[in-house]
Amino acid sequence: MLQNRSYVKRTRGGKITKVVREHYLRHDIYCGAPVCKVCDTSQARLSATASTVLILDTNVVLNQIDLIENPAIDDVVVLSIVLEEVKNRNLSVYNRLRALCSNSLRKFFVFSNEHHKDTYVTDMSGESKNDRNDRAIRVAAQWYQTHLAGSVRILLLTNDKENKRKALEEGISAETVESYVRSLSRPDLLDLLVHPASSEDVIMEEVEDLRPSKKKIVYSEHKPLSEITSGIRCGIYHQGKLRVNRYNPFEAYVGSQSLSDEIIIYGRANMNRAFDGDIVAVQLLPQEQWHEEKSLAIADEENEEEEGVHLVPGSADDVPRTTAQPQDSAGETCSASSRPSGRIVGIIKRNWHSYCGSLEPMAKPAGSGGVAHALFVSKDCRIPKIRIQTRQLENLLDKRIIVAVDSWDCLSRYPSGHYVRTIGQIGDKDTETEVVLIENDINTRPFSTQVLACLPPLPWSVSSADLANSVREDLRQLRVFSVDPPGCKDIDDALHCTALPNGNYEVGVHIADVTNFVLPGTPLDDEASQRGTSVYLVDRRIDMLPKPLTEDICSLRADVERLAFSVIWEMTSEAEIISTRYTKSVIKSSAALSYVEAQARMDDSRLTDPVTTDLRNMNTLAKIMRSRRIERGALTLASAEVRFQIDTETHDPLDIGMYQIREANQMVEEFMLAANVSVAEKILKHYPLCSLLRRHPTPTREMLEPLLRTAAAVGLNLDISSSKALADSLDHAVGDDPYFNKLIRILATRCMTQAVYFCSGELSPPEYLHYGLAAPLYTHFTSPIRRYADVIVHRLLAASLGIHRLPTVFQDGPQLNSIAENLNYRHRNAQMASRASVELHTLIFFRTRPTDAEARIVRIRSNGFFVFVPQFGIEGPVYLTPRGEKGSGEWFVDEQQQKIRKMDGSISYSVLQTVRIHLEIVEPQPNRPKLELKLL
Amino acid sequence: MEFVSPEGLRLDGRRPMEMRQIRAEIGVVAKADGSAMFEMGNTKVVAAVYGPREVQNRSQQLNANALVRCEYTMANFSTGDRMRKPKGDRRSTEISLVIRQTMEECILTNLMPRSQIDIFVQVLQADGGTRSACINAATLALADAGIPMRDIVTSCSAGYLNSTPLLDLNYIEDSAGGTDVTLGIMPKLDKVTLLQMDAKLSLDTFENVMQLAIEGCKAVADYIREILLENTKQLQYRRGT
Repeated sequence: MLQNRSYVKRTRGGKITKVVREHYLRHDIYCGAPVCKVCDTSQARLSATASTVLILDTNVVLNQIDLIENPAIDDVVVLSIVLEEVKNRNLSVYNRLRALCSNSLRKFFVFSNEHHKDTYVTDMSGESKNDRNDRAIRVAAQWYQTHLAGSVRILLLTNDKENKRKALEEGISAETVESYVRSLSRPDLLDLLVHPASSEDVIMEEVEDLRPSKKKIVYSEHKPLSEITSGIRCGIYHQGKLRVNRYNPFEAYVGSQSLSDEIIIYGRANMNRAFDGDIVAVQLLPQEQWHEEKSLAIADEENEEEEGVHLVPGSADDVPRTTAQPQDSAGETCSASSRPSGRIVGIIKRNWHSYCGSLEPMAKPAGSGGVAHALFVSKDCRIPKIRIQTRQLENLLDKRIIVAVDSWDCLSRYPSGHYVRTIGQIGDKDTETEVVLIENDINTRPFSTQVLACLPPLPWSVSSADLANSVREDLRQLRVFSVDPPGCKDIDDALHCTALPNGNYEVGVHIADVTNFVLPGTPLDDEASQRGTSVYLVDRRIDMLPKPLTEDICSLRADVERLAFSVIWEMTSEAEIISTRYTKSVIKSSAALSYVEAQARMDDSRLTDPVTTDLRNMNTLAKIMRSRRIERGALTLASAEVRFQIDTETHDPLDIGMYQIREANQMVEEFMLAANVSVAEKILKHYPLCSLLRRHPTPTREMLEPLLRTAAAVGLNLDISSSKALADSLDHAVGDDPYFNKLIRILATRCMTQAVYFCSGELSPPEYLHYGLAAPLYTHFTSPIRRYADVIVHRLLAASLGIHRLPTVFQDGPQLNSIAENLNYRHRNAQMASRASVELHTLIFFRTRPTDAEARIVRIRSNGFFVFVPQFGIEGPVYLTPRGEKGSGEWFVDEQQQKIRKMDGSISYSVLQTVRIHLEIVEPQPNRPKLELKLL
Repeated sequence: MEFVSPEGLRLDGRRPMEMRQIRAEIGVVAKADGSAMFEMGNTKVVAAVYGPREVQNRSQQLNANALVRCEYTMANFSTGDRMRKPKGDRRSTEISLVIRQTMEECILTNLMPRSQIDIFVQVLQADGGTRSACINAATLALADAGIPMRDIVTSCSAGYLNSTPLLDLNYIEDSAGGTDVTLGIMPKLDKVTLLQMDAKLSLDTFENVMQLAIEGCKAVADYIREILLENTKQLQYRRGT
């Protein structure tokens, strides 16, 4: 079985060394066809009835992965040499191919031809690597043909002319992908085909007669890779990842290691066909062009920027960066002219994937069925329009579709791509929701059988073994209750509060013991760690854990025994914590209250039942804790969260209202914060290097700049030297109307970045600070049902108490870090998705209800201003001059005072002023509804 | 990096529980009292044993036991990039010590008081698992020299990469930064004489990896016994009895 052969030469680090590797050839690699009589068929993946088995060439996999993913293509043998080549060329395609190979519904079989004794080919002298691999593919195809002789037809799919010719010479049946797809007579598959460059040229020539101007060179040629690498080495070029401004696709940033500052790239010509996320090589422009470019960009921006109505940004991460500000520069302000700008000379690594969007409206073609060219507009405005070819144009015009990019040559203004699939009708709620989910990379697939197999059998109840477990304390006799939003099914926290004989209180926070069911290393755990968080949309919830766990087994419902992880404090009546205890427990909740119910009970002085008394005691303690926290400098930030009332049948929104925060909410929040802080201290003490904590970076001066400017305009002086100072000055910011303070707080909130998870070994202790809460340490412990971070923290806490051993992941710093990164990414995406969902429902709401409302001006622009509508929590532009009419000169902007004034001085609007506006849905283009705000 | 493909093959085409090809030869250094060459895949080592002989440095002489000394060296040409390594660097001193301690355990030193046994091992070609190969070669050489031993010592390494226990790591797998367990056992006595591990493993995975290494050592022991038997047969034949 062992045969030892083969040696490979390799060069690395400039030096040439000869590397000798063993290469074992085997007898026990099977063909994967169940009809085979020689091979072991237990691992066979191909179908027994297949008439044709496909073998794919590398170029086919690389270019036509969308086609391959279509279920019409099946019974495929994937050679290991192809996998290896694809892996080296394009990792994302490799991952997709691997996913296909492991998908039990698809019949893809991986044949390790490189280790099979009959299909291994040795290098021939004078043969290039590519030719050798092509030969290996042909040899493997040949082997299959003789091995499965008669029973099935083996077909080699290749787009390489030479390879096809040689294959036919050797007696292997080979076809190009196109002719194969044509032979399937499925016209919809033809749309999925990527047209290779050669056929593209033909089409371009045909088009040329009609639009001769098209032929001119739009973008400068990319430099060859050798020149780029040498340029980077000697410092002419800088390498970095391109990030396009979310709100202005004509402005992008490249963070380069070789330069301390971010490089700004203005305009499509300088961006030179790069996409967001590409690794690019940048050449700096001469310094005298830096400033000039900037002013040009502003004009550009106002021309092109598509400013729609949006939800109010929740934090600085969501706010358009109008003044380009470096994120890391420590305090000093740098003027625009000193910011380096550059142009892209080459793209080192593409970040192309598929995009959601719709076709640009165009006249329906006269004849149907023919090939039509169309422009695709992505929902993500950072992505340029994409040219696609389709045979089903009339079908696609009013649909949301997914399109993948194939190429972008310097002769065409737009990249060319191909259609992947249709999601559904534009404007349809389900379609748009799916778009939101896809855009934010949220996994909505049902849980796999392997994952569901990890669940305990239902109906589940606390077993005697759980009760007998010495680490699990029996707290069933305690009067535990939970307070949650109405209709909450995944109750992950409960509380209790008992007066002790010495006048102190015993207060407990009980969190669902999810880690008792989600064991490390199981498929369930892997899935949860991938999903990272549950996603809450207006009409839908996408769970992190399967439903039986979230709604039944872990949910701390009333009157059932449940497993919990408890943090129990002894507190004085002054809410000073005397001692803290952590334990796994069994609890039996006596009441599952909603915030409204809890509030009503506390307010109703006639009630004196035990639960109400507990609630009042806790509320008193919470108030003290809260005031102490605020004294320490915690910020009370405000957000304009809205709630929809949803029609139970159509699931359309009936009403929007601001989310009301009651004392009961604050009470629960206070104890959850305290529990999180206590747990953070405990786990950090035991595991100083591998704890998962949450930090909120201190905002820099530039980040607070917009807030300061607005505040100064209304004569308010904010002190931002520390969180305490800011909190105090926010408290003193009382205007003439009651909403003023909240408005200022909303503006402050959006200047902050979001809090992030991190691994404690990565940063130094002073950086652990949570600015918003003014807590030196913070983590997430209290919602393990819907956040994976809490699951990790539960494991850390259990380990620090000696209940379980610490899973091995925690010893692996880089892996722990990547988990934290993933959690941040998922968390952020989940938030974006919920916001997008709210936006979508707002649109649906106003579709039938044009409304008048009161709004506040938050930002002044040269041709209008942005208003914030508190009632609906939305923000959008109001134009004083009709759009498109440029340079009216009628209005004059006063930057200093944040005012826009009519030239004759008759009308002026200033920031934070109240205006009345009219909200209505308009359709400037068919199928593209848009919410428009008009001044009344 | 992917060290075990989803098809269950390692980079060089082995399955996780498979060893590399092993080969051994006795009597490769004519001048020594006992010698052997041992190959595990592309790792190739030579061991030569001198002794029991008079103690060279009288001050080191032990009155009850034999003095066992060991010297491990790597040939300059043993790795891909040829470089001159100073003699007695940390790594080789440590490996010398490890081999000495392992072999001392199985030699019946009390039968040879006031004498000295020298074991020289040299790596001719390195491709991971040199420690194990050296111990195996030293065992053969000691047997060839006719030095009384309790049992033969055999060694094999095992590692843990991509959540899979792997037997007999080669150089790429060894330098991947995963765990590497080197185990030496006396198969007849069922005793462990050497156990080294770098990096960490949880206790249950360690049990699995260790079990795998034991299997490996036993396989090596079978092979070594075969070689010794064949060698003895040849000696017998040459003697003409």
